[in-house]
Amino acid sequence: MATPSIKVSETPLVLYVLRRADDALILGHRLSEWCGHAPALEEDMALANMGLDLLGQARELYTYAAKAEGKGNDEDKFAYLRDVRQYRNLLLMEQPNGDFARTMVRQFFYSAFADRYWRAMMTSSDSTLAAIAAKSEKESAYHLRHSSEWIVRLGDGTEESHRRAQAAIDDLWAFTGEMFAVDDAERDLIDTGVAIDPASLKAQWLKTVAGVVAEATLALPKNDWMQQGGRVGRHSEHLGHLLSELQSLQRTFPGAIW
Amino acid sequence: MATPNTPLWEVFIRSRNGLAHKHCGSLHAADATMALQAARDIYTRRGEGLSIWVVPSNAITASDPSEKGMMFEPAESKIYRHPTFYDVPDEVGHM
Repeated sequence: MATPSIKVSETPLVLYVLRRADDALILGHRLSEWCGHAPALEEDMALANMGLDLLGQARELYTYAAKAEGKGNDEDKFAYLRDVRQYRNLLLMEQPNGDFARTMVRQFFYSAFADRYWRAMMTSSDSTLAAIAAKSEKESAYHLRHSSEWIVRLGDGTEESHRRAQAAIDDLWAFTGEMFAVDDAERDLIDTGVAIDPASLKAQWLKTVAGVVAEATLALPKNDWMQQGGRVGRHSEHLGHLLSELQSLQRTFPGAIW
Repeated sequence: MATPNTPLWEVFIRSRNGLAHKHCGSLHAADATMALQAARDIYTRRGEGLSIWVVPSNAITASDPSEKGMMFEPAESKIYRHPTFYDVPDEVGHM
């Protein structure tokens, strides 16, 4: 690519905020890929709306990461001028859209987490993160409601929709464990009240997910082996393709605006 | 997309407290819950609403356009039903 990547000074706070910003950007971008392709106009709008909510969250988080870092980076540089290995999003976010069931299961797994995560983060000792959490929580709550309703209708719908929804659950399940993982960089932030311990959300998350999945006549996998790596930049092959599209304009025409 | 699985719904939005819900369009959805969510996503993206109603389109009984002569023309000659023949004192203000 024509433009070199930026360097990022990943202090614990910068890293923590970038991880959440990358989650929102990558999942938001995935949803934007549905624009003009959704099964119905109504759902086209719903997916784009959720994508824009996530893009808004990403922008606020990147802006805060830039401020915390203080090295002259900004939201655009974080989004457009970091390579795959510098991205810190959950592997779940970069998984391809697949069919509609797969997109909805991915959204459901994440939103069931994000809804609780942002609600808990409203008590963060960091006032900027608490404010971002207050806005994001309402958006995430709606994403959870919307995706939950679809899981029930897909699972308890036709034979084909049931089969597709179950396949998506089976395929994506291994990416859910990463949401609850904590490393040393985050432990201090948790101890000082800047961040919350995601492990504390797991029981509630599982209860929500299991409840909806049961109502949908679907089943959660018994296998509890979990894939990790996104938080430290070890991504699946899919993220590179996603970034090459997301970044192509800024990499080719640095600083281009309209 | 008019299929038996996603029937048509009429959407009514109330933009402010004190105003009535106004018809703003229609959409296809599998059931009432999904219709409400679709209405939110399609018709309130720019802060248009505080409240949404969705009604199955087939629950609406409509007048027959071919009967509009019988239905509406008799009212056209009754201009005295408009309250324009009264002098309204200034003190009354807006009526």
